[in-house]
Amino acid sequence: MAVKSVIEAVREGIQEEMRRDPSVFVMGEDVGRRGGVFLATQGLLEEFGESRVVDTPLAEASIVGIALGAAFRGLRPIPEIQFSDFMWPATNQLIGEAARVCYGTYGQLQAPMVVRIPYGGGIRGGLFHSQNVESFFFHTPGLKVVTPATPYDAKGLLKSSIRDNNPVVFLEHKKTYRLVRGEVPEQEYTVPIGAADVKRTGESLTVVSYGLMLHYCLEAAQLLAQEAVDVEVVDLRTLTPLDTSTVLESVKKTGKLLIVHEDNITGGVGAEVAALAAEHAFDHLDGPIVRLCGPDVPTMPFAQNLEDAYMPNTEKIAQAIRNLAQY
Amino acid sequence: MPRTEPKPKKGSKEVAPATGSTLVLAEGLTIEDLVDCYHRMVLVRTIDERIWALNRQGKVPIAASCQGHEAAQLGSLLAAEKDADCFLFPYYRDLALKIGVGLTPAEVMCSFMGKVGDPYSNARQFPLQGADLRHRVIQISNVVGAGLTQATGYSLACKMLGDGTVTLAYFGDGSSSQGEAHEAMNFAGVHRLPIVFICENNRYAISVPQGSQMAIEDVASRSAGYGFPGIVVDGMNLTKSYEATRDAITHARSQGPVLLEMKLERFMPHTTDDDDRRYRPADEVKEARQRDPVVTLAAQLVDHGALTEQQVEDIKAQATELTDEATDAAEAANLPDISSFTNLVYAP
Repeated sequence: MAVKSVIEAVREGIQEEMRRDPSVFVMGEDVGRRGGVFLATQGLLEEFGESRVVDTPLAEASIVGIALGAAFRGLRPIPEIQFSDFMWPATNQLIGEAARVCYGTYGQLQAPMVVRIPYGGGIRGGLFHSQNVESFFFHTPGLKVVTPATPYDAKGLLKSSIRDNNPVVFLEHKKTYRLVRGEVPEQEYTVPIGAADVKRTGESLTVVSYGLMLHYCLEAAQLLAQEAVDVEVVDLRTLTPLDTSTVLESVKKTGKLLIVHEDNITGGVGAEVAALAAEHAFDHLDGPIVRLCGPDVPTMPFAQNLEDAYMPNTEKIAQAIRNLAQY
Repeated sequence: MPRTEPKPKKGSKEVAPATGSTLVLAEGLTIEDLVDCYHRMVLVRTIDERIWALNRQGKVPIAASCQGHEAAQLGSLLAAEKDADCFLFPYYRDLALKIGVGLTPAEVMCSFMGKVGDPYSNARQFPLQGADLRHRVIQISNVVGAGLTQATGYSLACKMLGDGTVTLAYFGDGSSSQGEAHEAMNFAGVHRLPIVFICENNRYAISVPQGSQMAIEDVASRSAGYGFPGIVVDGMNLTKSYEATRDAITHARSQGPVLLEMKLERFMPHTTDDDDRRYRPADEVKEARQRDPVVTLAAQLVDHGALTEQQVEDIKAQATELTDEATDAAEAANLPDISSFTNLVYAP
């Protein structure tokens, strides 16, 4: 099996779906001639032409609004928002409009589109090139929210998202793009939306995470194995719909739950996972549910030491596991 | 929209400007079209007045009147129907347009009362909001301006698919201030999309007069910034609204977007929840009503000999009867099944 980066997996996923289905097209800032600022759409203009690889004006609200209108006509757009931080002008079209299309037309209309959004920090992006935006979409019924961490999952989930008949917010952590490499099959495959994945099995403690942090959690679990703490790591992969049964099954088995995410702690995905465990696995818990998340500051600052202070990392996660294991 | 007649040729023949109650027949229009249009206009007005009365009786929670906008809406609809391949993205004040495409009065009344029978959203949304795909109409929300980028995307898809459809995107003068109005027209201009932007300018964004909304006389003049034509139209005149839309559709299909600005009057407050006495001069509406498009069209048709005074009265009586029946039907209709209200959050 070939080893590929996350960005290569994303590009292959788009390319294969465009070959498979002529109604799929990409649009966004710099997606054509430039091939995307992260090169996620490199080579697509040459293969599919300008009508299916649309370089747009620098205007996010219309990127999503136009994609939505095209979806009404039966196409399957993949609008790209260049950085998550630039998403806000388009939130009305996504949260306000697209999420309500099926419900608000009593199923007459659907909004099949995949809004691809590079997100996340740890790359010296400062306040406006690092944001975690997932909780806003996670809170919105009508949207699906997908957060792959590995090349295999990125490609398989992207293909499922493109074939889905709902608006999907597809969040690609920028730091994983070239840092994370993994095996990707040559043959056709998909990964189902809504299925978490136990990336490491263990008996003494459950760690739930997604995106870049998943990799730090796996490293921390490796460290703790040397201290005889047997950690299970659950990769949510999809935030909406949330795979509660996989999470609860793991928590019921281990009795301890640590949730790790880079997003701000308050009102984040971790709060929901914690609530679910408290509500449905209370009798199985052997310790407090713990969250290790970004602090409640508006995104990681630019200075290296301040960014480091913001970001959860392998050492911080290992310490949190150690503390909880000893409870 | 039903396929009707062959498309009219581009451009209209020279006609004398309509003055007083003189009827001017535009190219592609027959006297029968205008009589039919009068039937629809009277029905729309009757329903419009009834829903306000029902609001005061506590039976209709909210309504936005189209009174004063009927000529622009039905004139443009007539052009769309003659063309036979248009798709409509109306906004919240387009009651005449939404009824005019062929909804039954009962469907309209069920929608206003939030009952089963509402074709747009099965009573999940405000009246006549959602989609009426049978008649090729979409209006997802009443966040003004949001529908303009969606209409542009629809038009982009039509161009990609090469299907010949022209999209008509309606909005008010209030929406013209939205960033998405700019984004939509800019994108449509770049891609020469087959779309007609139709601004129904009644000079009020709820209470804010045009002078506080923009520093220009004509919204249409903004089209220069997008590289396509902008045309000011007398939106109180059915024939002129028809002609302008007919020509714009032809232009859009072959050469790209057009911005039409229909200058017209809003006879009623913004909605049933508004009180326009707080912000409109007392005589302004009274004066505007002197140009009531329903009265004008009746006078023209009588003057032309197409209808007698008695026939005009009969048409009004028939509309009242239809509206009575529809009101009764809607009052008797069921509320939506409560067990289904969490359905269809997601598409299958």
